[in-house]
Amino acid sequence: MAHGDDKEGNGHGHVADEDRRDILFLATGATAAVGVASAVWPLIDQMNASASVLALSSMEVDVSALEPGQEMKVSFLKAPVFIRRMTEEDIAEAQKEDIGDLPDPSARNPNMPDADATVDARLLGENKDIIVLSGVCTHLGCVPLGDGAGDFNGWFCPCHGSHYDNLGRIRQGPAPENLPIPVASMDGDILKLG
Amino acid sequence: MGTIPQEHYEPKEGTTSKWINDRLPIMGMIDHLQKFPTPKNLNYAYVFGGILVLFLVIQIVTGIVLAMHYQTGEASAFKSVEHIMRDVNYGWLLRYAHANGASFFFIAVYAHIFRGLYYGSYKAPREILWIIGVLIFVVMMATAFMGYVLPWGQMSFWGAKVITSLFGAIPLVGESLKEWLWGGPFVGDATLNRMFSLHYLLPFVIAGLTVLHIWALHHVGNTNPTGVEVRKESLETVKKDTVPFTPFYVTKDLFAILVFLIAFAFFVYFAPNYLGHPDNYIEANPLATPAHIVPEWYFLPFYAILRAITFDIFWIIPAKLGGVLAMFGAIAILAFAPWLDTSNVRSTTYRPIYRWWFIVLVIDFFVLMWAGGQPAEGIVPLVSLLATIYWFAHFLIVLPVVGLIEKPLPRPETIEEAFRAKHSDDDNDRNQSAGIAAQPAE
Repeated sequence: MAHGDDKEGNGHGHVADEDRRDILFLATGATAAVGVASAVWPLIDQMNASASVLALSSMEVDVSALEPGQEMKVSFLKAPVFIRRMTEEDIAEAQKEDIGDLPDPSARNPNMPDADATVDARLLGENKDIIVLSGVCTHLGCVPLGDGAGDFNGWFCPCHGSHYDNLGRIRQGPAPENLPIPVASMDGDILKLG
Repeated sequence: MGTIPQEHYEPKEGTTSKWINDRLPIMGMIDHLQKFPTPKNLNYAYVFGGILVLFLVIQIVTGIVLAMHYQTGEASAFKSVEHIMRDVNYGWLLRYAHANGASFFFIAVYAHIFRGLYYGSYKAPREILWIIGVLIFVVMMATAFMGYVLPWGQMSFWGAKVITSLFGAIPLVGESLKEWLWGGPFVGDATLNRMFSLHYLLPFVIAGLTVLHIWALHHVGNTNPTGVEVRKESLETVKKDTVPFTPFYVTKDLFAILVFLIAFAFFVYFAPNYLGHPDNYIEANPLATPAHIVPEWYFLPFYAILRAITFDIFWIIPAKLGGVLAMFGAIAILAFAPWLDTSNVRSTTYRPIYRWWFIVLVIDFFVLMWAGGQPAEGIVPLVSLLATIYWFAHFLIVLPVVGLIEKPLPRPETIEEAFRAKHSDDDNDRNQSAGIAAQPAE
């Protein structure tokens, strides 16, 4: 291989030969870099969620059987979602709170971005009496206990003692944010998640 | 480090390299590997070692990634492979690269082995280097076999059953050994799980053996097409016979790798199942054997030897055991080549008689490969038997006898001389002006 170069090199000057080598070197290096990158990408991308997993990111739940004061838990994307139909007393109690006094005044509701954590912004449904919450504590990811648990008659996370009120708003304990509301919409008694 | 004098590594005072090297001599080792004096007359038969290292890496990397999605177990293995093919991002590419990677790994290893046989790479002082190579080959075969079982298709299952049943042929302990391998009275979950575990382990054993293989190589130095050793008296003589590995053989190996990868890519992208069997896309069924069980192509020569023994050997070894012994013996006999070959000439280039026998051995290998792929009927059993007999005769009769009766051709005194004779046309000019022969490209 090497002597072939030499034969050609004798015909050109030294400088021309070096320029030619630099260009060949750069072109080879650039091609190799693109090749390596294309070979590595599948190795990385295989760890991303596949289309079959992403296709599961939507589900419908019939909430017609839920009476006021009753709560249900569904598994959505392998995590719990709390669904509760509020009683009028619940709503009245929640309305007493001044938003300014809450540790996290944001509604955390992607369906109503930038809203404050008011009763209206936290509830769904034609009658505004359904609350849908991601059942994952905003502290470190445990599942809080429900059915009026904790000092604020909402949810209580047993892992590190975070208390949420009946609208899932953080009131006391280490959790930094209100329980978020998932992307959801109501069509009659059918709740569509995702 | 080795028996070939090489410039000693001296890092500059005050550099990070020196700081590291004073504590762990890894910089010195890298320097040794880069500048390793390599005979300057190596041809393209010598590129397969580099290709094999690359394919070991490709197989380990794609394998680790596939194991992130594969689920072992009778109920889930086949399904998870289909999940990889259909759902996992680039899963089809990774699996096809892994499956065809195994084939190309074997193409390279067979080329590497026959290169070694032709140029006498097994002869003193390279016996251990050669034996480690044979061990790597054996572990490779075990790894490939277990990997083929994992998708749990019909060929996987029946291949596993047939090959593990070989151990049942061993007298006295055979049956218990077989059940021990299976983890029960049948090939099932327990068998599949241990195959997965070992399929993940063995490549790292290969990697370790490869380190020993390369260590031995760097101790004794490469052979070369003339079979004449590098003159090791001094740095001066070494420089006349060799060039540094970097950049000369890095470039040459990379070029060969590129050509090899083009062929590999052709199979991965355009004929990914050409080397496989459609039956393996049918889920394993313990109640129905496929009409024609064939191993992957790279096992065919040894499979043919297994099937060739259909009679009791010397009235004491039953045919079943005979086939098993012949198959393992056909591989093991490679390890004895250094002592079976009586010729003191390394390279077959200078062995006018042995040369023909070597060609016969290569043809024999392909005949066995063909026979292994055919149903055992008609002329096939006879061809298998004759080819098996030659395989053993080559090592047990041809190698010892030809070495004694053959008159070798005159060999060059030195690598330098052989190189100059071959490249005299384009070297004259430079040799006169520069007076050095060791830097052909500059």
